[in-house]
Amino acid sequence: MSAPDPSLPALVDRGGPAQPLLIVRDLRKHFTVRGGMFDRNAQRVRAVDGISFTVAKGETLGIVGESGCGKSTTAKLIARLLPADSGELVFDGDGVGQFGGMALKEFRRNLQMVFQDSFASLNPRLTAIETVAYGPQVHGLARPAALARAGALLARVGLAPEQFGSRYPHELSGGQRQRVNIARALAFEPRLLILDEAVAALDKSVQAQVLNLLQELKAERGLTYLFISHDLHVVHYLADRLLVMYLGQVVEVGPVDRLYGHARHPYTRALLSAVPSMDPARRTERSPLAGDPPNPIDPPSGCRFRDRCAHAHAACAAVAPVLRETVAGHWAACHLDDAGSGHPEAPARAAIAFKASFA
Amino acid sequence: MTTPPLLSVRGLGLQFLGERTTTALTDLSFELASGEVLALLGESGCGKSATLRTLLRLHAPQRTRITGRIEVEGRDVLALQGCDLQHYRGGVVSMVFQEPGLAFDPVYTIGDQITQAIRAHEGVDRAAARQRALQMLERVQIPQARRRLDAYAHELSGGMRQRAMIALALACKPKLLLADEPTTALDATVQIQILLLLRELQRETGMSVIFVTHDIGAAIEVADRIAVMYAGRIVEENSVAGLVAAPRHPYSAGLLASTVGAAQRGRVLPTIGGAPPDLAALPPGCAFAPRCEAADARCRMEQPAVVRDGAHAWSCWNPRPSSELSAPG
Repeated sequence: MSAPDPSLPALVDRGGPAQPLLIVRDLRKHFTVRGGMFDRNAQRVRAVDGISFTVAKGETLGIVGESGCGKSTTAKLIARLLPADSGELVFDGDGVGQFGGMALKEFRRNLQMVFQDSFASLNPRLTAIETVAYGPQVHGLARPAALARAGALLARVGLAPEQFGSRYPHELSGGQRQRVNIARALAFEPRLLILDEAVAALDKSVQAQVLNLLQELKAERGLTYLFISHDLHVVHYLADRLLVMYLGQVVEVGPVDRLYGHARHPYTRALLSAVPSMDPARRTERSPLAGDPPNPIDPPSGCRFRDRCAHAHAACAAVAPVLRETVAGHWAACHLDDAGSGHPEAPARAAIAFKASFA
Repeated sequence: MTTPPLLSVRGLGLQFLGERTTTALTDLSFELASGEVLALLGESGCGKSATLRTLLRLHAPQRTRITGRIEVEGRDVLALQGCDLQHYRGGVVSMVFQEPGLAFDPVYTIGDQITQAIRAHEGVDRAAARQRALQMLERVQIPQARRRLDAYAHELSGGMRQRAMIALALACKPKLLLADEPTTALDATVQIQILLLLRELQRETGMSVIFVTHDIGAAIEVADRIAVMYAGRIVEENSVAGLVAAPRHPYSAGLLASTVGAAQRGRVLPTIGGAPPDLAALPPGCAFAPRCEAADARCRMEQPAVVRDGAHAWSCWNPRPSSELSAPG
């Protein structure tokens, strides 16, 4: 839509369609709580504990999990808003922040983020149009060109620039502010957009408007979304693939339709069924999951979900399950799916899964 | 109805005074029978929480103007003073707040606060009150209740805190429980547990509940009746089954349709255009008219009257046709 200008070259696809847009390898972040470096009693919150996944070009990957499972930390690590303890990011074939790879400034143009709190994430002293024009100017675009681009973007997200451009964040409603945030993220013409609970704080009717806008923008600009949410309805609507996190680890990942119908991990099944019934004649009778998520400072040994799992067995406490591919593209970290794990229920289930993979 | 309702609200109006006068509630009327669960459904700023706060007389009298009448068991709530008001709050009507982390006092233990509430309402000694507090914590299914009695609010997880909040609210056996978005701040897995707990406690104690939420799913799980609010008025009221099956007001219909589900995958979501109105400058006619597709000149000029059909009531000049398949209300 905005004419290409020499000072801000368009971002090009380098690796081709088969190259994943983003590869995350063994990302890890531990926070120290209580006591510093020399305190022997220091405790560590394992917020993100060795997660790996890929995001294909043009897809929407949904990340779900309970609060404290590390969804938002993962987003911040990917956007490099937090330094990771270990792990690497590969963006379209280039290592991020590595020698010979992609510079951080370049990476951040490719990737933008929209946060949950639309008010806190806007500068209260900048008007809507200045907010959107700010980033491109920092990256070297001349002010008139940046303002023109910002005006066009505001119009695209449904805010007439002559009416809303000169307003400050406090003069906008929640839905309008979130539109400004989306416009600001798009000002770099990024390829990957991380949406961290971006619609969670909005009212239902406004939420639907923003979701529609996100769908339109994605189709129009060939964007890739990393959509983090605790709202399972919204994820089901928007995502192509789903990644389920539990206490800093990935427990299951697969296509949305597959996970909603044939989840392998007991946690995924419980989580996805923990939505209020929409039919007054068939109310929920039993809660699918008891208790709150455990403390990430001191997670259970072996499988971290075993305390709340109906299928827990001695094997689950001894060995932590690893992600295994059950059906093509569908990975789960559960001993039930591993015939060699020593879990008594495993062989029967593995046989069923094996048959299902040919069905 | 032969028995008088537990709660009767007639023509309730609420205005916040200040630089700009904001009209939070206008001509609100509803009744609640003993043992009934009513859900107030609406978006932020529609007056659902303001209604609950007015029922509990929590608004500062200097800065608010309340009109109309609220009666609980035949007594005029707006006239209560002093000891009567103290007994009313907590003893007859009590409230569960959205943010239990903020509702509890951080410097007293959970047990102390429940004990205090019991002793303030009933002339029992400390030990007996503490025993009751323990029973309450067990009743809301807090594991290791005895230990949690000496915990501070920050030591509990979100779900546990909300359970403790419910224990506190129910400690003095109120006849009416006001629940202000009790599950909004919780995870989906914990939300469903709290909804089931509330439903179970309601069945056991036979209390009435007003459940405020913006989540239709949560309302369907717990309520007998739903009242949809918009800009400080109830625009539609019906049994849960009736409202879900055949909403008459365009706003209720839009709210139901825009609730995201699996069915709409890959399709454009139906939306209600625009945003809720400014409460300091409400339009003369129907407040929903600027966002309504069925609005005509009359809607913009004249406030629609309430139309009643059995349990179903709506206020709209151009209601959607009632469906032949409408469930028995």
